[in-house]
Amino acid sequence: MRVAGIDIGSRTVKLIVVEEGNVVVAKKRINSHDPLVTTRELLRDVPYDRAVATGYGRHLLKRYLNCDVISEIRAFALGAKALIPSCRTILDIGGQDTKAISLNEAGDMIKFEMNDKCAAGTGRFLEVMATALGFSLEDFATAALSAARAEKINSMCTVFAESEVVSLVAQGARRNEVALGIHGSIVGRSIALLNRVGVRGDIVFAGGVALNRCVRQLIESRIGVPVVVPADPQTIGALGSALYGASGLVRGDT
Amino acid sequence: MPDYRQMWSNLGLDLQSHDALLSTLGSAYRDIFLSQEDRPEGMKYFDFVMTEVHGLRIKELMDAKAQGRIVIGSYCVFVPEELVLAVDGISVGLCAGAEFNFAGAEEVLPRNLCPLIKSAFGFKMGKVCPYIEASDVVVGENTCDGKKKSYEVLSPMVKDLFVMDMPQMKSEAGKQLLKAEYRRFAEKLEAVSGRKITADALRKGIETTNAKRTAIKRLAAIRKADPAPISGLDALLVNQIFFFDDPARFTASVNKLCDELEERVGKGAGVFPKGTARVLISGCPMAVPNWKIPTIVESSSAVIVGEESCIGERGTQWLTDGRGDTVEGLLDRITERYLKIDCAVFTPNASRVDHVREMVKKYDADGVIHYSLQFCQPYIIESGPAERELEKQGIPTLRLETDYSQEDTGQLRTRVEAFVERLRG
Repeated sequence: MRVAGIDIGSRTVKLIVVEEGNVVVAKKRINSHDPLVTTRELLRDVPYDRAVATGYGRHLLKRYLNCDVISEIRAFALGAKALIPSCRTILDIGGQDTKAISLNEAGDMIKFEMNDKCAAGTGRFLEVMATALGFSLEDFATAALSAARAEKINSMCTVFAESEVVSLVAQGARRNEVALGIHGSIVGRSIALLNRVGVRGDIVFAGGVALNRCVRQLIESRIGVPVVVPADPQTIGALGSALYGASGLVRGDT
Repeated sequence: MPDYRQMWSNLGLDLQSHDALLSTLGSAYRDIFLSQEDRPEGMKYFDFVMTEVHGLRIKELMDAKAQGRIVIGSYCVFVPEELVLAVDGISVGLCAGAEFNFAGAEEVLPRNLCPLIKSAFGFKMGKVCPYIEASDVVVGENTCDGKKKSYEVLSPMVKDLFVMDMPQMKSEAGKQLLKAEYRRFAEKLEAVSGRKITADALRKGIETTNAKRTAIKRLAAIRKADPAPISGLDALLVNQIFFFDDPARFTASVNKLCDELEERVGKGAGVFPKGTARVLISGCPMAVPNWKIPTIVESSSAVIVGEESCIGERGTQWLTDGRGDTVEGLLDRITERYLKIDCAVFTPNASRVDHVREMVKKYDADGVIHYSLQFCQPYIIESGPAERELEKQGIPTLRLETDYSQEDTGQLRTRVEAFVERLRG
């Protein structure tokens, strides 16, 4: 049986198809104003027998595909556990949400924390700040890593932080030092979430922001242990959904 | 439906805004309540009350006023209904549960303030709450700082604001303070109504209020059944109507509903499948029409089996001892009863977590959702220690903090669904 896991995130739609325990399709696409259109394009010419949706667009897709849905939190827990069985803590920083998840010895989710409704400390925050400083996302992390010191960014709100950045630049602050300060601020926020669930065992860092080397390094230096970033950290939720569909966990009543 | 427009207009309501409000409320009510499956027949009475919440009930209040009775409006469970009934007055809860005219409220209040307070002002300034307009006295109580200071701003807007001081500790001094304030409130009621509070009248007031509480406690106890015989939304609604309806009629209607629910339980019938994840809500009050979190929970494969809240068991679990031959003695009993309420404005407030734990056991809940209104410092601060304490005892707990807006529904739903997944394992 081929099971499709679809993670409709705020910025990217991810698709994983699993057959006999192996990943046979892995695709992602930047989300448009219409997540259904993006998802349909991703699914075009991809055969599958069952689908499970996750991500903020999961209920929309459920109505369209009549598929099962699971929360992103469970999806990330299942995906991370499959890739790294020793994983006990997960940090997922996506486009609009940051989540810290704690797993028990059996790999079941036992506690989670999530950011409040605003986009502070998420991928979207990094994007807005990179644009404010005139960096591409790739150059943003590199520039931050090249800084010897960080400018302090006090504001957590994306809107206020942007004007703070603009005024720092206007006062002649170094662009790369401001960049490091921004990375530091989202790391501080993520560490607070991690500490609430408790950092234990192997730590998997997933979500689009896990691609950012600077965030990763700062997190490791703050918690004092290395984190594991999967080869494609953005697709962990889609993988977890597909595995959920393949596992017989589906109850059909959600 | 009778035409109440003249009455609303006489009360000084802004008819256009009021129409808009009723229409929004009406469609929300249809979507959230009437769409539920297998609702008990007994809920029809409460549907009727909701349909007429700004209509027939207000007419009843106006008719009573015409006969010389007084209407006392309040925002808190620390205002003793027993005393109001002792002067043959009518006690009503005032509108504070919807995001209405926040822009107006923010002209006189800070933006970063709890939505319940902002809502009270939004309704008052937008002239859409007939209850506050019908009130002869509005009672303010010095519970949290937000309310305490906001009453200063509210004072010039209402006919007669009576501010009651509140203790912050459950000490002997605190008890004396509360009793002195209740005595002052009783004197105020006597002055406004022109009636003297006698021991007989007060005993009768206690009896009527206790009957209402006993009926609601009966409803609470029935909810321990699996499958749940009534949705958490409907049970919350009954608890919300507790504050508006005629006490005797309310008591009879709740008891009638309970008869039906007991029959359901006997047949093993319920509104959710047996084995559905069971959640207890604990925290801030959910005033009409704040149905946001229960709507999310009960559309996420879970059922709410109890509310540890002012609109819920925190406000109703204690009866008042009605034995006593003197007003003074009965005032002591009333004071003792109200001082048991474990509101987060008290320090320390350890009895609250104990009560949550008892409720988890009593109603066979699988987990607790701690609900805080944004900027409600007392409950938000308590939520951390409460969560740690409950988790330590093996009770899964999810903390939510939100306001009356709908913009965070998606994120709340993600958390609630993940929490339900955790409960089901």
